[in-house]
Amino acid sequence: MRHLRIPVLFSAVALLLAACGGQGSGSTGPTPIAEIGDGEGELNLIIWAGYAESGETDAAYDWVTPFEDETGCQVNTTNMTDSNNGVSLMQSGEYDGISASGDATTRLIASGLAAPVNTDVFENYDAVFDDLKNLPHNTVDGVNYGVPHGRGPNLLAWNTEEVTSAPTSWEPIWEGGADYAGRISIYDSSIFIADAALHLMATQPDLGITDPYQLNQEQFDASVALLEELDANDPLYWSDFNDQISSYASGDVVIGTTWPYQVNLLQAESAPIEATLPEEGTTGWSDTWMMYSEAEHPNCMLMWMDHMMSPEANAQATVWFGEAATSEPACEAAEALSPGHCESQHADDPGYWENVWYWSTPQEDCADDDPDTTCVTQEDWVDAWTSLRGA
Amino acid sequence: MTEPRWVRIGLAVASGGVLVFLYLPLVILAIYAFNPSRLQAWPPTGLTLHWFAEAAANPGLRAAIVNSLIAGAGATGVALVLGTAAALAVQRFTFFGRETISFLFVLPIALPGVVTGIALRTTFQTLDVDFGLATIIVGHATFCIVIAYNNVIARLRRLPRTPEEASADLGADTWTTFRRITLPAMGTALLSGGLLAFALSFDEIIVTNFTAGPGTQTIPMWILAAIQRPAEVPVVNVVAFVLILLSAIPVYLAQRIAGGATGGGRY
Amino acid sequence: MTTASSVSAPETPTPQPGRLRRFAAWLHLHKRVQRNLLLGGPLTWMVVAYFGSLFILLLGAFWDRDPFTGQVQPFAWSLDAFESLITNPVYLTIAVRTITIAAAVTVTDAILAVPIAYYMARIATPRVRQLMVVAVLMPLWAAYLVKVYAWRTILQGNGFLEWALGPFGVDAPGLGQILNAWVVLSYLWLPYMILPIFAGLERIPNSLHEASADLGARAGITFRRVTLPLVFPALVAGSIFTFSLTLGDYITPDLVADAKFVGNVIYDNSSLGNLPLAAAYSLLPIVVMIGYLLVARRLGAFDSL
Repeated sequence: MRHLRIPVLFSAVALLLAACGGQGSGSTGPTPIAEIGDGEGELNLIIWAGYAESGETDAAYDWVTPFEDETGCQVNTTNMTDSNNGVSLMQSGEYDGISASGDATTRLIASGLAAPVNTDVFENYDAVFDDLKNLPHNTVDGVNYGVPHGRGPNLLAWNTEEVTSAPTSWEPIWEGGADYAGRISIYDSSIFIADAALHLMATQPDLGITDPYQLNQEQFDASVALLEELDANDPLYWSDFNDQISSYASGDVVIGTTWPYQVNLLQAESAPIEATLPEEGTTGWSDTWMMYSEAEHPNCMLMWMDHMMSPEANAQATVWFGEAATSEPACEAAEALSPGHCESQHADDPGYWENVWYWSTPQEDCADDDPDTTCVTQEDWVDAWTSLRGA
Repeated sequence: MTEPRWVRIGLAVASGGVLVFLYLPLVILAIYAFNPSRLQAWPPTGLTLHWFAEAAANPGLRAAIVNSLIAGAGATGVALVLGTAAALAVQRFTFFGRETISFLFVLPIALPGVVTGIALRTTFQTLDVDFGLATIIVGHATFCIVIAYNNVIARLRRLPRTPEEASADLGADTWTTFRRITLPAMGTALLSGGLLAFALSFDEIIVTNFTAGPGTQTIPMWILAAIQRPAEVPVVNVVAFVLILLSAIPVYLAQRIAGGATGGGRY
Repeated sequence: MTTASSVSAPETPTPQPGRLRRFAAWLHLHKRVQRNLLLGGPLTWMVVAYFGSLFILLLGAFWDRDPFTGQVQPFAWSLDAFESLITNPVYLTIAVRTITIAAAVTVTDAILAVPIAYYMARIATPRVRQLMVVAVLMPLWAAYLVKVYAWRTILQGNGFLEWALGPFGVDAPGLGQILNAWVVLSYLWLPYMILPIFAGLERIPNSLHEASADLGARAGITFRRVTLPLVFPALVAGSIFTFSLTLGDYITPDLVADAKFVGNVIYDNSSLGNLPLAAAYSLLPIVVMIGYLLVARRLGAFDSL
């Protein structure tokens, strides 16, 4: 019986696939929507936790409800655990948009999943800081594939009761990891290999690392070796930010890498946690709201993009997460929520961001024009991470 | 009673120990439901009913409960119809491959949920089916069929054939005999099978995660999401506490129906 | 067992049979059609919804992926997924770890379940028995996720365990120990083991125990030579749940032990967009469980399910 069924099913599948073919190939002649029409009543977003608050955690931070009231677009959100997860969720075709970091944006554009957008349709785009416009991770051949949400650094956080002298570099988790065996908190994603590479960039200049995301085999192996040393100290890996908060709060971990968001929440609960941007620099993100090329609710998505650049929403979102706002009006609005916000986050200080390496995708051609160089691919990063975590 | 006294006492102590093990986490959770602090540190810092009010006022929670009830009812309905039909066929007729049927039905519950979940998700995506309550029901029904099937077949095995034969002898057709004789005799088996199927569906998270769309949340999905929001963790404790209390009703009911000595029936 | 009394006399056929009635009468004479109608629905559902899905999933194991975007390319055939599974030893390590814990959980649950099931079935008074059945069933209804989180609050620093054992100089185990997974999974699936064993013990007629005692066997011998062999199929039936649920779980190992199990590899790869690898690795639990079920069926476990 089974033998008979297989070819039948097979051809049914083949037919169906043929019928839905051409889905991914729609990116050949992109024509951005020229004008925002009426909302479709619903909006499904893939977000970083904390990027779409509706006042559930703190009633003062709610930029979803005003949007829903104004546009009639009911917002549903799904948190991504890391950029790889975000890309995969976008591939499912069920979402209208995503707050993508640089290591996701390039992949989304290349696979035709991100829709080109005409920035003229947005009221709030003009005011955005110039150094956030037309960046390589969201603009290809002069075509924009999204609008900025905010940018920020990954930080080194520690428990001030257990780590008494404030660290100024990443050294305590790498070379000094044995002192905190079992109590180090590490981000559970292949992109964290870049944090090892970044540290090697400072401590082992002989390796010649110039970009922590584009590594040749030797540089990559050295980074993974450094990670294996860290892994031997039995760190606690986190992918859910709340896991990390509860392990800092309970004292299970005392030092590690984190986002400003967790530091804000922990300090709000008066946990003894401090954080710093170490001297050798850090990895970080510059996030872009992108629309799915076949979004079911494109008008709602475009309205959301505009909303997230508006002074009030951008101020709330960036203060809430602890990242830099994207425009001068947003900075002014942020003063009311958190005085000195834009100054402390270096929102309009291009020099500061030279020390922050935004997440980006490892590419075989090293993302440069030099044909002689080859780098370890994204696939191999994920594979190396699986080996490290699974062993 | 053939067991010596010391064996009986030893077994009573061991049973008590197992029950403590089963209930300790639930009791701790119940206590946290009344704990004023958002942080889950032991011992609790006081006593409050504040989180019960928050839970009652949470709109997402209410929507999730409704979704879970619909999904549970849908999956249970499908499972009962299909499981009963299969059980009748296997018990009342002989045919080639009969022995394999129960093996096939048990597969969805015996193979890990993550495999079932990914398989269904891949298929729905391939067929361009929109994810939502309907896809959740399909996923849940698939592993609930075996529950209904097992309950009904266990009952059919113990059921004397004479009333059915008498009914037929008196001239009743197949449908009448089924409706008047077989169905009433299966009643309690259907009910206890239905309850267990509903319970499985109500608590299912893995298959649900893969078959739900972005706008649909069931209770376990709401819990998973709420647990990721520090502010809502105390509300989760309340929900858990209430769910445990409410579960006593169907469990007790099922016991009463089954009348204690259930033999081969499922619970 | 009270069913016979509730049965009333069958209706006499109505004088003017409707179309449905006539069909029913016709069916009555055509057993084969009856059978096919009954089987058609459930079998179609299983074959289309379940086996069809499994087939599409396994087909996906042979599909290629774009190395940069990670986009799966249907019908571009490739053995890359299987190559990764074989060349990277981590997948074998994970498989061995998972199966070891699944076996440990199963044995632990059997050891915990037999005494309480025995007590419920043979020693407790009917009233106590009914209460105990309810007591074992209730935790099954408490949400799975909630139970896992309850264990997190117990195990982590500042939790219940630290409070209870701290005075004796024992630290909180934290959330990074593989032993946590063993304890919590044993906890989660224990009712699935107790209930079939209880039902199995209940089915053994008391006369067998009495006969064994009359022949001079002591309680221990009766248990080993009479009770255990008779209840063994029920134990195997329960073990299907404890073993399979452990084999596929990915939430508990992650939340309480920070450990990777087979389920995590499948889930992670699917959530990272590497469907071919997830599908290829799914073959492992499928093959293991089908083998387990075939053995279980030979041992008579299916009658106790």
